[in-house]
Order: sequence, then C-alpha cells, then structure tokens
Amino acid sequence: MRTKTVTFRHKWLPYALIAPQIVITLIFFIWPASQALYQSVLRQDAFGLRTDFVGMANFVRLFADDNYINSFVTTISFSAMVAGFSMGIALIMAIMADRVIRRAMVYRTLLIWPYAVAPAVAGVLWWFLFNPTIGIAAYALDGLGYDWNHYRDGGDAMTLIVVASTWRQVSYNFLFFLAGLQAIPRSLTEAAAIDGAGPVKRFVTIQLPLLSPTVFFLIVVNVVYAFFETFGVVHATTSGGPGQATNILVYKVWRDAFEGLNLGSSAAQSVILMVLVIALTAIQFRYIERKVEY
Amino acid sequence: MVERRPFLTFIQHAVLILGAAMFVFPIYLAFVASTHTAAEVSGGVPLLPGAEMIRNYSLVLGEGISAAGAPPLWIMLMNSTIMALSITIGKIVISLLSAFAVVYFKFPFRMLAFWTIFVTLMLPVEVRILPTFEVVAQLGMLNSYAGLSIPLIASATATFLFRQFFMTVPDQLTEAARIDGAGPMKFFRDILLPLSRTNLAALFVILFIYGWNQYLWPLLVTTDESYYTIVMGIQRMANAGEETPQWHLIMATAILALLPPVVVILAMQRLFVRGLVEVEK
Repeated sequence: MRTKTVTFRHKWLPYALIAPQIVITLIFFIWPASQALYQSVLRQDAFGLRTDFVGMANFVRLFADDNYINSFVTTISFSAMVAGFSMGIALIMAIMADRVIRRAMVYRTLLIWPYAVAPAVAGVLWWFLFNPTIGIAAYALDGLGYDWNHYRDGGDAMTLIVVASTWRQVSYNFLFFLAGLQAIPRSLTEAAAIDGAGPVKRFVTIQLPLLSPTVFFLIVVNVVYAFFETFGVVHATTSGGPGQATNILVYKVWRDAFEGLNLGSSAAQSVILMVLVIALTAIQFRYIERKVEY
Repeated sequence: MVERRPFLTFIQHAVLILGAAMFVFPIYLAFVASTHTAAEVSGGVPLLPGAEMIRNYSLVLGEGISAAGAPPLWIMLMNSTIMALSITIGKIVISLLSAFAVVYFKFPFRMLAFWTIFVTLMLPVEVRILPTFEVVAQLGMLNSYAGLSIPLIASATATFLFRQFFMTVPDQLTEAARIDGAGPMKFFRDILLPLSRTNLAALFVILFIYGWNQYLWPLLVTTDESYYTIVMGIQRMANAGEETPQWHLIMATAILALLPPVVVILAMQRLFVRGLVEVEK
C-alpha cells in the first residue's frame, strides 16, 4: 500500500488515532463474525444445557432442508427481478434524461429522492397501495378482473416486495447510468449520427458498450442490495409469508435465530451469507482494478 | 442533443414525466390518506386531500397510537435524529482519524490495522445478526443510544474515502507545515481538515441517510418503546395484531419517517450525488 513520502514521526500518536476504529471493529465485527463461525459447528439441545461439537452437520442439514433450498431459490429469483427491473427502468429513464440536455437536472431532482426512503417505509407504502380491501392498486386490478390478495397468494406477495424494493432502487441506478451516459464524449455520438446511425443503432453500438463497466458494477451493487438490505421490506410487510413465499435468506437467518431459537442453524446460515458477501465484494474489487487499468 | 427529432423529444419528456409521476404516486397517496379520517380511508382511499391533516398529525406526534403499542412520534423522531447524527458524526470522526494515521505515519502493524478495517466491508450487520446482538447484550448496551449507534460506526468506506483524498493532498503542504514547526495534530487541524470540507459534507449527507434508515439494528437492540426509532416503529403499527390497522395514522407516520432524509437529499442534491459516486469508487 502506498504512503506519503513525507510522513510524521511519533511513538504513540498513530496508535491512538487508529485505536477507536480498531476497537469498535474488533468488538462489533471481528468477534461476532468469529462467534458465528464457531457456533456454526455447534449444536445446542432444546434446553440450552448442553452444547456439542457437530462439525459440518449444521451445514449438511441446511442443504438437505427443503425450506432452506426454497429460501435460496426465492432469494435468487427475487434478486434477479429486483436487479433486472430497477436497472432496466433506470436505464430507460437515464437515456431519456441524457438526450434532453437542458432539463436533465430537473428530471434528476424528480427521480433521485426515493433513494432516501427506507426500504421498510417503501414496503409499508406499497403494502397500503395493494391492500386487498382498501388499496387503490388492488382496486384497479380488481377492475381488470384480477383478484389480488397478498395475504393468501404467494405470487402476489412476491410481486409486492419486488415492486417496493425496485421502486426505491431505481433512483440509485438512474444516477449512475446518467453519470455514465454523460461521460461519453458527445463527439462519438455526433460522428455516428453524421454517418447516418439512428438513435437505436447509436445506443446499441456506442453507448451500451461504453456503459458496460457501469452495468457490471450496478449488477453487483443491486444483488447486494436485494440480498441484504431488503430485510426491512420483508419484515415490515409479508413477514416471509404467505407460507414460505417471501422468506428470503436474510429474513430466515433473523427468524431462525430470534423466533426459532435455532442457534447452530442460524449461525451456519450467517456463515453462508458471509461467504456470499465476500464473493460479491471480491468481484466488485476486481472490477475496480480493471477500471484503474483502463 | 445530436439531431432534431421532435417526435422523439416528445416521447422522451412523456416517459420522464410519467416515470416521475409513478415515483411520486405512492407518496402522494400516502399523504392523501393521512389527511382523512379512518372511516373515509377504509371506504376506499380518496384521491384528493381531506380536512383532517392537522388533527391526524398532531395526534400521532403528540399521543402516538397507543392501541398499536407505539409511543408518540416526536419521541421516535427524536430517537431517529439522535441515532442518525451519532452514527454520522461517529463514523466521520473515527474514519478521519484512522485514515490520517494510515496515510501520514509509518508504524509497525500498519498493514494489519488497515486490513482489520477493510474486513468490515465484508461483514454487514445482516450476516452476523445474533452474535453481534449477544455482544451488545453482554455489554449492557441494549435499549440505549450507545447500543443503537456505536456498533454501526466502524466504516471501511469512509476510511477509504478519506485515505483516497489524503493521498491527493500535495506533499509540499506537509513539508511546509513541518518546516514551520507544526506537529502532526496541528497539521491535521489547520490544513487537512479545512481541505476536506467538501468531502466531509458529501459524506455527511450519505451517512445521515444511512443512519436514519437503519431498520434491522434498532429492531434488535430496542425493546423499550422509548428507544424506538421511527423507521422501525412504523412496522409495529402496521402489524398491530388482530386490530384493523389505522391506515390514516400509519400513513401520517410514513410521511414523517421519510420526510427528513428526502428533504436532506433534495436540499443537498449536489453533495449527495458527489458523495454517492465517491463512496462507490
């Protein structure tokens, strides 16, 4: 790691400066994470009296558990939908805003603020909108002949959390897409236009390839968002139900620990999530290094 | 614009306006619902604001929804403010100091310290829920402002951001300060801090929103109603057991919960965008 060529000399000052962050990191990050690792190989009996070392049994059991596999599949399809929809909508909006130079900033103002809305609050807002008895969206769907009920129908509940999570995430993606598009030199698109390429052709052959680093970066960010930050959406609305329909992994870890009191299993799930975050972070950093090379 | 295509331009504005309207719609409807009586809302949500705005808002702010076990909203708003500000200021202070140490000093274990901080990137609260809760419980920090904020203030991203920025500060400044006899802390206070002002402000906006919108953590560490934050408190009202949810009051709560961060973003848009892009770099 690089440092300054000119540095200060002091015996204890640097330690004092870095100590607060290190202490907090050790107590609230490193120690709990190691505890999760440790507990993931233990099993407690029903009364919490005996704890046995069980090796990989918790993990084996998880992957043999239909509920867990189901939760994994649910999470993956949920993330794919949230990332896909929020990036797709954001890209369309950004292309539109990029073309209208003069009012692009006005539209940016109109589109960025949902990012400030907490996922849980976004969930409650849409929960209300789709409420089967009084919600206006449910009413409209009823008019179209669809009997919406997210309390009974797993598909409806999933749609609801996808919509709420997407709604909030579009603004983030929009900002990055707009910044990416505006960084593309105008001379390129103008040259293509002079050569007779229409807007669609210009987008496919010039803008999209130049935007690909942004797309890649956003995929990682959106997957992380859908995997971890959407806990609030699920907890404040569907509570994982009906049945297991919206029981995403983060929610399941929480529920198994605090409601199921199944510590070993919850710890094993935490460890699996940790591995996922580490993998996603590694991918993100590889991308950043590539960007530096360019 | 590359060429004139009036029809395309029209389509663009139409899509953008429609998109913006779709974003505002849920909030607009929540606001409308919060200005009606319970009876009016339960008969199908009206599309225009009603006359009960002042009554509903003063009710939730002053008394809360006792049936749903929620304290008055002003308490939750205050708790949210305290938590968001403690997290924001805490993160900024400890990251500034540690970035300063890592960049401007050579000392044994520097790399170890740096990696220890780096690892926090890979350990969000969500993946170590139970053990972190146990640590906080053992330290007796449940139901306290310290418990709400301190475990969240270690931040690798803020440290990286400041490190990145300090690396761009010219060495001549450091040399000049040293020749003039300034010690490290004087250099930090009189030269580095003023130079970091814009970065500080941008980070402040991002971190305030991060802190305000915390959900899982307050849910874990608070059982005492007087420490509820508004973002986690709203869920108690929406899931108030057997009782019919009082939607007009819940929506008033939702509006109050989202107003502060939205105002911050809109008022400091430039800083917000800058902060967001910097943090993710």
